[in-house]
Amino acid sequence: MSHISILMENQPGALSRVVGLFSQRGYNIDSLSVAPTNDSSLSRLTMVVKEEESVISQILKQLNKVIDVVEVQNLSDIESVSLEIAIVKLKITEKEAKKIIESAFPVVGEIINHKDAFVMIKLIGSNHEVDDFLLSLNKQKFLEVTRSGLLGMGTGENFLISESETTIEY
Amino acid sequence: MKKESGGSALIRALADENVDLLFGYPGGAALHIYDAIYQQDKVQHILVRHEQAAVHAADGYARATGKVGTVLVTSGPGATNAITGIATAYMDSIPLVVISGQVASHLIGTDAFQETDMMGISRPIVKHSFLIQSPEEIPEVVKKAFIIAKTGKPGPVVIDVPKDMTDPNHLFDYQYPKDIKMRSYSAPSEEEESNVDEAVSLLEKAKKPVLYAGGGIIQGNASEELKKLAKIMNAPVTNTLMGLGAFPATHENFIGMLGMHGTYEANMAMHEADLIFALGSRFDDRTTNNPKKYSLNAKKIHLDCDYGSIEKIINVDVSLNGDAKKILNQILNKIDPKNIDKASIDLWNNEILSWRETHGLNHDLLDKKFHQKQILPQQVIQSLYKSTNGKAFITSDVGQHQMFAAQYYKFDEPRKWINSGGLGTMGFGLPSAMGVKFAFPDEDVVCVTGEGSIQMCIQELSTCMQYGLPVKIINLNNRALGMVKQWQDMQYGGRYSSILYEDSLPDFVKLAESYGHVGMKVEDISELEERMDECISMKDKLVFMDVYVDPDEHVYPMLEAGGNMSEMRVSKTKKTF
Repeated sequence: MSHISILMENQPGALSRVVGLFSQRGYNIDSLSVAPTNDSSLSRLTMVVKEEESVISQILKQLNKVIDVVEVQNLSDIESVSLEIAIVKLKITEKEAKKIIESAFPVVGEIINHKDAFVMIKLIGSNHEVDDFLLSLNKQKFLEVTRSGLLGMGTGENFLISESETTIEY
Repeated sequence: MKKESGGSALIRALADENVDLLFGYPGGAALHIYDAIYQQDKVQHILVRHEQAAVHAADGYARATGKVGTVLVTSGPGATNAITGIATAYMDSIPLVVISGQVASHLIGTDAFQETDMMGISRPIVKHSFLIQSPEEIPEVVKKAFIIAKTGKPGPVVIDVPKDMTDPNHLFDYQYPKDIKMRSYSAPSEEEESNVDEAVSLLEKAKKPVLYAGGGIIQGNASEELKKLAKIMNAPVTNTLMGLGAFPATHENFIGMLGMHGTYEANMAMHEADLIFALGSRFDDRTTNNPKKYSLNAKKIHLDCDYGSIEKIINVDVSLNGDAKKILNQILNKIDPKNIDKASIDLWNNEILSWRETHGLNHDLLDKKFHQKQILPQQVIQSLYKSTNGKAFITSDVGQHQMFAAQYYKFDEPRKWINSGGLGTMGFGLPSAMGVKFAFPDEDVVCVTGEGSIQMCIQELSTCMQYGLPVKIINLNNRALGMVKQWQDMQYGGRYSSILYEDSLPDFVKLAESYGHVGMKVEDISELEERMDECISMKDKLVFMDVYVDPDEHVYPMLEAGGNMSEMRVSKTKKTF
């Protein structure tokens, strides 16, 4: 598994160029998360891809060639932290929900909505932890889940920030 | 400061980019742009007969000149017709800027008349693409498009222009930028000294080196540096199909093209080498045969401007990523002729010569002793070589004729051999010859083709008449789709599935004449050379020379599928394995 972080221009079409590199080679993206950054002209994209190392190294090279891609970082190659956020909808009482949250460790859970007979719980944990937690839920009562995909960031001085613009004359 | 509309700004930007020729075809979504073309005289528009031909013509122009080729098509079918041309340029890394009209912004996504998602359709076959979102950004986008197309690993760039972006009533102040600011895009440059040192050390140690040069040496204008390196090392040089002319074919160190239909000696040398220096070539599957069995005893150095091409197929010992000319100069500055193992390399060159003597292609097939009843396609190429003194620009289509031209026309200069190597696009030959002829009106420009390929863009005979383009078309007519037939002979028990025309071929002489050109038919070897001279000497006429060649001839050598580089068929009956 590789956990890849990409900084790209916040432009229409940029995401499809990145995703296209995977789909045209028949590779599946396990999870994908995209959002603007503190610099509104840039988006940060984080993805998990389960492919062999040689495939990943080739894909990283191809990603670097995409004009809209500003920086690429393989989080799996450096020291990094990662986590996933999920929202689960269950047909249970609030009391039952609290009980589930208490037993959810190491996943951190919180009730964020309660309407009619349904409770929504916010979960934070590693993706394995979230996987395990979802497996443990009673299927009859577990109705819906949305997951952020695995987010991540290099530790310490492993930055993923944009270099200054280069001026090209010719 | 003169105000411009989006349409006139687009054309003015092309003029500011020193574009002299714009190949295209008008249509609804591009009409404002065409009106702007009418009102100026700096950029000449060339009206082709099919958008695919517009892109191939611009592509031929780009390959021959080293400049960016420029295309204008309308939306919908205009854009989709251009796709094959764009993919052709993409696979061979040819710098193009393709401007496509698009339906007005408010209609995008509504299935409007002649709407197609050009950004989406072209995405996997462009280096980059732009959708114009405001008329004011047009000058900057054009500047970026040209820089991206031309620098680094060149490639086609699409600019999709919705009709409202070119509205003649919306005027703005025009200024063409001198430079542009881009994040994360920079042109390749020199390589780190330590990597160059490693490469030099391998080059100096080599006893059986091969310099394996591809199209990147042509694109990178590094032929002179390659010649210097070959001279210092006295090393054999092979060129890829795309690299023909990067190193002079008549040079004593040249061992011919390598690969699928490469020479016996070049493929043997690749197999037996102890060092392969790949220069601007990408270990394409047509040049490696089975990568698992590829030149297992050789150390490998790979120089490429595209980092993504390095270790994509073949792992290497030293990678040199950057500008070919600069890096070769770094090597030339460091390599010490005293350290080169000249004695071993002399032995190696002799070994290669002995291979050439067994199965080489160095026979003069026009010699009377080779005369048979039917004309051999190879004889036609040798005759063409003689009649043009080896100096012509040769464009080709795709198939057996392409391989014969590559094998038998000895290209001594870069940019003279114009063919669709990567995509293998039939129909490329005639329109690309037009582009070359526009750029070099006083040079001989010859399209070597077959009766299959030529019919894929034959409508361009009309364009050639309109603009007075006296290109020469040498049609190797074997009355069948020859390369497919060869495979069906070799691998499908001679079951000729869908390769014959059943007496439906046109009379090419009359066809050429109906467009106002000269047609010629040659069936007898005894008149081949004379008619060829006659054809080439008609400097101001397009001549279509229809040469009936032996329909049963195969292209050899041919690498055996799945084998290593030494496993070849060298004739219908002989193989090396």
